[in-house]
Amino acid sequence: MKIATRESFGLALCELAKTHPEIVVLDADLAAATKTDIFKKAYPERFFDCGIAEGNMIGVAAGLAACGKVPFAASFAMFATGRAYEQIRNSVGYPHLNVKIAGSHAGITVGEDGATHQCCEDLALMRTIPGMVVLNPADHYEMTEAVKAALAYNGPVYIRLGRLAIDTFNNPDTYQFELGKGITLKDGDDVTVIATGLVVNEALKAVKALESKGINARLINMHTIKPIDKDIIIKAAKETGRIITVEEHNIIGGLGEAVCAVTSEFCPVPVKRIGVEDTYGHSGPALGLLAEFGLDAEGLEKRIIEIVK
Amino acid sequence: MDNQEFLEMQKIACKVRIWTIEGVFNAKSGHPGGSLSAADMITYLYFKEMNVDPANPQNPDRDRFVLSKGHCCPALYAALALKGYFSTDEIKVLRHIGAMLQGHPNMKDTPGVDMSSGSLGQGVSAACGMALAGKLDNKDYRVYTMLGDGECEEGQVWEAAMFASHMKLDNLCMIVDFNGLQIDGSVNDVAGLEPIDKKFEGFGFEVIKIDGNNFDEIEAAFEKAKTVKGKPTVIIAKTIKGKGVSYMENQVGWHGKAPNADEYKLALEELNAQLKVLEG
Repeated sequence: MKIATRESFGLALCELAKTHPEIVVLDADLAAATKTDIFKKAYPERFFDCGIAEGNMIGVAAGLAACGKVPFAASFAMFATGRAYEQIRNSVGYPHLNVKIAGSHAGITVGEDGATHQCCEDLALMRTIPGMVVLNPADHYEMTEAVKAALAYNGPVYIRLGRLAIDTFNNPDTYQFELGKGITLKDGDDVTVIATGLVVNEALKAVKALESKGINARLINMHTIKPIDKDIIIKAAKETGRIITVEEHNIIGGLGEAVCAVTSEFCPVPVKRIGVEDTYGHSGPALGLLAEFGLDAEGLEKRIIEIVK
Repeated sequence: MDNQEFLEMQKIACKVRIWTIEGVFNAKSGHPGGSLSAADMITYLYFKEMNVDPANPQNPDRDRFVLSKGHCCPALYAALALKGYFSTDEIKVLRHIGAMLQGHPNMKDTPGVDMSSGSLGQGVSAACGMALAGKLDNKDYRVYTMLGDGECEEGQVWEAAMFASHMKLDNLCMIVDFNGLQIDGSVNDVAGLEPIDKKFEGFGFEVIKIDGNNFDEIEAAFEKAKTVKGKPTVIIAKTIKGKGVSYMENQVGWHGKAPNADEYKLALEELNAQLKVLEG
């Protein structure tokens, strides 16, 4: 099944809203794109379009949360976390209010809209806010569970959503989401690949292909960027001796540096960060960009071979 | 208000000013000018207008107040302490390490503070969210938020104004403490805010202009605001920055500066003399 995590997010909100009357949804004129329009159709009285005014939207969310509502405020990752960074920091983060922020169209797979809309800095921005939980689910099933976990957590959460429809790879019958706990998708002892979000499935394809080439890589799906799962990183560092991180995000400030912080403090091993290398994206079809930036399965396979050899 | 109530309100406002000076002096920093200009309206809100109970500060049905011009919290803290939310002893350690009372309002640790604020333009949006929550829950509480005139230079104020009007938040009352001065000088020299009444009218507000240091006008404005249906109200309150302390009045330099020991003594002498007259 191919489905974008933004759509999974919209569906999950609708499902949870049935039993959680405290959920309200805010958007900034992008409901059709962030897929909060699914919620809007089902619960029009609990949906509020704030117009193209993201700073105010976050403040309104803070006020709603201060009165017991659980607002989910959605926009593109660029505007939700970039434009409204300081509102999130001061009106939501500092008072630790129960606001959930969803940033859609994250990373370069926004595609044709180009650099102004391709946010590769959202994870970095949100990680720096004390008390903020940062989630980056990798497929439909993971997003569904992540939204539930975000609701269960009493405090601010950032959830990254993707625009591109992607294959599901988790098994819905056995999948379990635990906030702050990475998931080992494949065991191995030559090297550990830690991936997050949309590129996890690409990394999975890559490490499977590498088996026939004599490289037995471990793959960890790090759906929670903050709080990062220290234990799984330290164990991987000890057992495999080196780590490669993969993210559709600037290699500055995202998963890669979060992993480096853990290894350098607790178990120093070489870490190679694969991602967007401190540059901007540009226009083009999403899959073409993913390949150009070396973040598709084929590109990752090549990079991992280069790094391991 | 009858004469007795009017007099009582003036006495409390004078005490709010005294504790504002105590707080800023003991902190050796802070914002006396805008606290003193707002003291009468903050007093009226907590001692007459709002349905609040210091014994139950989290009551979901209470009226809310968001001090969007959060730097003027010395006056808010004074009003909260005099109302009984916490001891006035807390004011003596305002801004000290380990103190409950922070340099800008912190809702997590301070009873009676409904929203953390201080980054200008943000409190007013939170107030909109509170008013919206009240509408959603069919509650009849009201939400008050006070902005500085300089604060109205923030774009977010107008995002919030558009939102409040669009959502018909008639349970929301904004108050602009128009004391005419901001850090860099006169508001109209710095950014040309006028005509502020026309701006709010254009955004769909009921606009009430008053002398914000006159209790008769303050009372009339809040009474009128409660009768407005289908749109939010803004009270544009002309005030005197530094009101009550002669050498601070209308002086831009007292926006964000603490008095020294001599200035502190003089301020308290003046305010205590005013209180003595009121107490007859």
